[in-house]
This record gives sequence, structure tokens and C-alpha cells, in this order.
Amino acid sequence: MVSMSTVLDVQHLTTHYRTLRGWVRAVEDVSFKIEKGQALGIAGESGCGKTTVAMSLLKILPKGGRIRKGSIIFDGLDLVPLSNNEMRQIRWKGIAIVFQGAMNALNPVFKVGDQIVEAIRTHEPDVDRRSGMDRARSLLELVGVEPHRVDNYPHEFSGGMRQRALIAMALACNPKLLVADEPGTALDVIVQAQTLKLMRELKDRLDLSMVMISHDLSIIAETCEKVAIMYAGRIVEYGDAEDIFKEPLHPYTQGLVKAFPSIKGERVRLTSIPGSPPDLLNPPTGCRFNPRCPYVMDVCRKEVPPLKMQGNEDHLVACHLY
Amino acid sequence: MEVSEDYIIEVENLKKHFPLKKGFFESIVSKQEITVKAVDGVSFNVKKGEILGLAGESGSGKTTIGRLLLRLVKPTEGSIYFNGKDITKMKDSELKPLRREIQIIFQDPYESLDPRMTIKEIIAEPLRVQKICKNEEEVEERVKAIMNDVEVTPPEEFMHRFPHELSGGQRQRIAVARAFVLGPKFVVADEPVSMLDVSIRAEILNLMIDLVKKRGSSVVLITHDLAVSKHVCDRVVVMYLGKMMEMAGSSELIDSPLHPYTQALIAAVPVPDPNYKRNDVIGGEIPSPINPPPGCRFNTRCPYAHERCTIEEPAFVEVEKGHYVACHLYT
Repeated sequence: MVSMSTVLDVQHLTTHYRTLRGWVRAVEDVSFKIEKGQALGIAGESGCGKTTVAMSLLKILPKGGRIRKGSIIFDGLDLVPLSNNEMRQIRWKGIAIVFQGAMNALNPVFKVGDQIVEAIRTHEPDVDRRSGMDRARSLLELVGVEPHRVDNYPHEFSGGMRQRALIAMALACNPKLLVADEPGTALDVIVQAQTLKLMRELKDRLDLSMVMISHDLSIIAETCEKVAIMYAGRIVEYGDAEDIFKEPLHPYTQGLVKAFPSIKGERVRLTSIPGSPPDLLNPPTGCRFNPRCPYVMDVCRKEVPPLKMQGNEDHLVACHLY
Repeated sequence: MEVSEDYIIEVENLKKHFPLKKGFFESIVSKQEITVKAVDGVSFNVKKGEILGLAGESGSGKTTIGRLLLRLVKPTEGSIYFNGKDITKMKDSELKPLRREIQIIFQDPYESLDPRMTIKEIIAEPLRVQKICKNEEEVEERVKAIMNDVEVTPPEEFMHRFPHELSGGQRQRIAVARAFVLGPKFVVADEPVSMLDVSIRAEILNLMIDLVKKRGSSVVLITHDLAVSKHVCDRVVVMYLGKMMEMAGSSELIDSPLHPYTQALIAAVPVPDPNYKRNDVIGGEIPSPINPPPGCRFNTRCPYAHERCTIEEPAFVEVEKGHYVACHLYT
């Protein structure tokens, strides 16, 4: 069901990477929806497939990566069967991405303004250079960088400004959906807080839909209404941010929430989830979390738990406990 | 500062200025030396058996202090006393026995372990360099014992593997084992968990705490994560642009910070609670350490800055018992 306000509807997305040792099952049967003006946070550890989901949305998977199943309906159009040329019409004008690693994502030998103009002119060829540059200036102003800095090279920008420039570049063609892959990581806490504040403001002002990808639950708690927790390529829990943080149901989410030392509250001994994430070439059978789960039962080793409604309408969890 | 038996490390007025390379023309025209003032007058001490946290943003000088404490770089000025002996003036030959007592755990376990050595060789290397064991059996025994301590078990199975066969968490455990195999009195841990996944960070930190308590070693934990320092450290020092801004017991520092910078830093830490409403974030970024602002170094970003802050540098004074701060608001 696609309602008018659904911007993105991902169903049963399965992305694998071909390697010499076989298919790496990076993303398996992932489904989610994003409404207009809504932000979805995808959280999980490294190797859980969250970045692969982001790259699948724009179909910019590295060599060997392939979407093997599922559909990505953006604005009523399924992106999976589209050719690369057709995808170019969608990228940036429909879906834009802020890449991780603000320090390295800009080209050091071109001026920041020229790089933004390049992004605009690639996707809107009828824009001339001068009006492109005007747009670059107002974009920089939008993200809180002085407009005259279009003539600077990336090395003249600080880390926080580079991150802002990347956000400006992503907004260059007024996308409906912004994918942010680990914004704020590799930045200092204060600069990170500034960046997150900016993204929240932009989302409200431009009525943007967002997919926010992060390993840091607190970043997601602060910016997103909906949260999907991924583990070893699958979504294990999905729901309103409030429900997930107040009442995590999946044992992995519970462990993850507890593993985060909070700066508020009493001094405690930190807890962790024993073991480490599985090898995705040969993921464990049944529930992929079963080797690390404290409540593991026989059925967990045999059957993959489906993502089922639990408690209120929007809270989904994939666990045999429920 | 009084010399006391209780301190393992005493640092007095420590400075490290890295000279900048100048161009040919500039070096003729101006005789003035340009330096990066990475650490600029820092004094603190580490008690025996204590975990002291060094916190701050990148560029605050915390890693440089860690390297100075091990004499991996030579200080420009000031002294570091280890067990009452000044290590800043020691010759390299005198330093070698010292390395038995002082060890370091590096940030990135993917880079800090030699990929061509087996786990056993990696852990045994310090024992061999220091010529501690009489024979090969003793080396193996000690390697096995420490591997049990860091819970990479069974040691027989892992000893002959190479680092690439281990997960990130296991590698960092090996790095911890290598640091503790000599039974050091003092260990510098430079962001030991920042490269690891959240779900395994706590394990490594708890492991370190247990080893420290068991052996009575002292640790300087360098971290940018104040939440971690609250739960792990006994005391915390907050650094900004090569200067100490505040020092206090970890719970006191986080729960009732005095310095506006510490307050801003704590306010900026994201909280895993969707209903949490944060106060305003301070603007700006850390200035260049080549030309730090005069007066208090934080005055360019401080919401309470007044005229005095731009002229006079605030002294580092004890405001409450054990709670030191460098800010004109309190003097």
C-alpha cells in the first residue's frame, strides 16, 4: 500500500556482495517505509548492513554488490529495475546522500563552490555556471557557512564546515529524500552537536524526509522519529524512537541500549554483549543473533523469526520470545 | 607541588611545542620561530592505582601528553617524575629499563599489531626485549597466563594465529595483554576503544579496569568520550588547546562542571533518550594552536567571556576540595 505521503517504500530488499568465497549476505529481507517529513534512523554495529542499505537506495553499490530481491518504491516508481541512466534522473533530484567521512569526501583540488556547481549542473544541465554559483552561495548560507567561502578550497575549511558543505551539496537539487551516512562521526562532540542541530532544522524547514545511518544510538535518538535496529543484515526491531528506547524488546536492542554509557545518571559498571557479530558469508541458521543471545531457545537455531507487530501498532520485532 | 609517596607520575609545567617548517623566503626574512603549541604548561599527577582520564576535543593536546609521558617525544620544557625520578632528562640507555614499568595501548588494534607476527610472538616481544625470561618455557608460560587474563582463551588455540584471524575486540585484548605482560606500574591507554563496536567496548574497558585493580597499576586513559570517562575513570582532566581547563573526580566533574568549556562539552554529548531536549550548542571550533587566543584560550567561544578573559590568563586553582578550574568566573 502506497499512500500519498509515503516517500519511500522498501520491501524485502536483499543485497549481496559476490566474493571469491561466495555471496556475502550483507542485507537480507529488509522492509521499511518513510513518510514525508519523517526521519528514519538505521542503527547497528559495523558490518550489520546499514551502509549497504543506503547504497542500495541510490544504487551506487561497489563492484560485486547486487540487489538480488525486493523493491525500492520511491515516489511510486520502483528503482530496482532502472538502468544506470534512468537512475541518474533520480539521484540528487530525488534522493541525495551525505557521505561519511567529511574530511575526505570533498575533492581537494577544486574550489568548494565549483564542486557544488558541478553537482547542480550534472543533474540539471540547463543551469548555467553563474546561476549555479548563485545557488551554491545561497546553499552555503542555508547551512550556516558564509556565502563568499564558495571560492575557498576544502583545506581552508574546518572539519565542521566541510560537513556543512557536504550537506549543502546534497541539498543542491532540492531532493525529497536525504540519506545521511554517519553524519557527525569523526567530528568532535561540539561540532557534531552543531551538525545534528543543523540537520534537524533543515528537515523541519524544507520538510525533508531523511534516512539517518549511524552506529550511535544517541545520535539517532536525537534526530529521528522512527528507528530500525539492524543486526547481521536483518532488521531485528522497528518502531517509534520513543518505544525503542523506553521499551526495547529484542535482546540485541536491549544489549545495545545498555552498552551505551549515558552521561546522565549514576556511575555504573559498563555492560556489553558477549561475542562478536557473525561472518556474513556463513551467517548462523535461524535467528542470526542466537549465538550471542542470553535467552536463546531451540527454535532460534532453526527458524528465522519474522518481523511481527508487538504491543502497539508500529512496533515490530523479530524474535521468537514474542 | 609536594613530592609524595602516593604518586606514581608527577607532571610539572609540561610543554611541547612542535616547530613548523618555514619556506625558504620566510626563513630569511623572519628569524621568529613558528611553533604549534600542542601542550602548553600542564601540571598534574597520577596516584598509585588510579585511572586518570584525559578528555578533550581533537587538537587539545591529549595524545601529545600521552606520548610525552612515555618519552616517545621529548618535552620542550617542564618535567615528568616517575616514582620520584625525572624521566625528561634521561638518556636513551636509561630509558630502556623504564619501559618495563611504563607501557602504552594504542588506539587502532588493526594497525598496532604486526601482521607478520603470531599472537605469541607479539605478546612475547616485550619479554624478549627486556630479557626477563630465562628460557623458552617461561616465555610461553607467561604468554599463556596473560592471555587467560585478557580472556583470549584457550591460549593454545590462539597463540599461533596471526592478527588478521582475530576480531577487532580480540586484537585489542592482545594489545592490552602486550602492555600488561611486563607487569607495568603505569599504562597510557590512548583511545583504546574508539575503533571498536559499541557492543564490545565495555568488555575491553572492564578488562582494563580489572587488570589495573588486580595489579595495582595506574592508568592514564585518553578519551574524547566523556560518558566513558565518567564510568571508568577516578578523576578526569579536561584539556583545551594545550591547557588544562578543569580537573575533578569523574562523577563530580560530569555532574557539576564549573568551567564553561566543560559545560559546553557535556551539553553537546548526545543522549540516548528521544525526549531529551538539549540546550543551545556553543558555536565555533577549536582555534589553531599556532596562534592561540590571548588570555583564556576559550574566550573566543565562551558565552560568559568578559574583558579580563581576553587579557589575563586564568590560573588553575582549587575551587572546591579536589576540584580545580582555570576560569575567571571563580577567581
